[in-house]
Amino acid sequence: MLHLILFSVFGIICVAGAVNLLLQRHPINSALSLVVVMGSLAVEYLLLGAEFVAAIQVIVYAGAIMVLFVFVIMLLNAGEEEHTQGSRVAWLLGLPGALAITVVIAWALVQSEGSAVALGVTPDAQKAFGNAADISQLLFHQFLLPFEVTSILVLIAIMGAVVLAARPESERREG
Amino acid sequence: MSITLFIIVSVIKIALILFVLLTAVAYTVWLERKVVGHMQNRWGPTRVGPFGLLQPAADGVKFLFKEDLTPPHVYKPLYIAAPMIAVVFAVTSIAVIPFGNWLNVGKISTPFQITDVNIGLLVVLGITSLGVYGVALSGWSSNSKYSLLGGLRASAQMVSYEIALGLSLVGVLMLAGTFSLRGIVDAQAGHFWGFVPNWFIFRGGQIVAFFIYLTAAYAETNRIPFDLPEAETELVAGYHTEYSAMKFAMFFMAEYANMITVACLASLLFLGGWRGPIFGPDWLQQLLPLFWFVLRVFAFLFVYIWVRGTLPRFRYDQLMAFGWKFLLPLAIANLVVTAVVVALT
Repeated sequence: MLHLILFSVFGIICVAGAVNLLLQRHPINSALSLVVVMGSLAVEYLLLGAEFVAAIQVIVYAGAIMVLFVFVIMLLNAGEEEHTQGSRVAWLLGLPGALAITVVIAWALVQSEGSAVALGVTPDAQKAFGNAADISQLLFHQFLLPFEVTSILVLIAIMGAVVLAARPESERREG
Repeated sequence: MSITLFIIVSVIKIALILFVLLTAVAYTVWLERKVVGHMQNRWGPTRVGPFGLLQPAADGVKFLFKEDLTPPHVYKPLYIAAPMIAVVFAVTSIAVIPFGNWLNVGKISTPFQITDVNIGLLVVLGITSLGVYGVALSGWSSNSKYSLLGGLRASAQMVSYEIALGLSLVGVLMLAGTFSLRGIVDAQAGHFWGFVPNWFIFRGGQIVAFFIYLTAAYAETNRIPFDLPEAETELVAGYHTEYSAMKFAMFFMAEYANMITVACLASLLFLGGWRGPIFGPDWLQQLLPLFWFVLRVFAFLFVYIWVRGTLPRFRYDQLMAFGWKFLLPLAIANLVVTAVVVALT
């Protein structure tokens, strides 16, 4: 019961943070709302019994990636933004589209038999996923090749970003 | 243990540990002034109380009664929130740190720790990694160039050194095979070769990891030689230039609380936690581990202050080059060597 209440509370905080992200006019407030979203997501993982995922969520997203977001906003000294009315296409297609996707996901979760297990409602399921040993078992046995390939992909992306961002050698000498 | 008893015991423990932590923070400041003073051939605080021992109390009263000035050019919500963020995250991380074994009073048996979680180390790293927001936001919201530069330096420095810090701990995790801080201390029980204690600093080349941890920890807590975010010769006071009274004191408290957390982690991970000779009657046996733990933390803090009294400040590009080009490769190399050692034994 307490689990359910906490889960709902942090779910609401998460959604409120996401809405606030869109409503705020200053980039730094939006970035901080995103931190709130990441933090409450971590609590949701924790409540589902995936404590390792929760910790990684906080360390990686809230503690590193969002710090870089804030860093960039501070560095560029981004000012307040103007709110636009939004295009008509966004209202006509986007809103029904978002509703439809929400309904489909909710329906799929309710319908599928494994949903209770997948959501970690049963105590057995809570033990079976989300701790460090299970995740490493999956990552380094079953999904070893995809995992390593992905890491190389990320490395290539980082190097690409460095190459694109660095000024060519000739320009650098001049200035 | 019934639920009411559990709650009562927990509340008592939280209140007690917070009290001890905040007192320790105040007296680390006193210790620093005293030790640095003697290193520089002066006396340090001597006027308030014997050996200046009441100086922290006097400082606290002074902070409370000072005018709390809010400059007109700041972005108020974040300006007020930033010191709170800094101090809350600095203090919260103490929640999962074990200080000793179990305490048995009558029928009640409880560990010297607010809560024991099986991902304790990750919790500490996660919470301390959030502490950077306090520094970054204070720099930005102050709307002053010195604060902004300090905040920028702090966030870049803390994100950079966090990687080396995290990697230096992986070796210990591989040897211990658990994230639980209590489990890690338990894995350091006993001796090898008959007399050398089984601490991780002596095993599998972890002395290198200890060096990396020490260096990265100084950078994470913005201490000399890595105190670029508050370098007074170039940035007035860095990110807390525009703060006064209790808001300034909160940044101060956060810095020293972080130092204590770092010292606790070093003792738990590398120096065997609360292990030490235990003797005497039952109550002494229960309290001695606490003493050994505090002794290690004290020694670590003393080295902190010693380094402060000895080394000059790095230049910013040197700091970044040192972190990325030396510490990080060294940490990865240590990781590989430890993996081989673990695989062979």
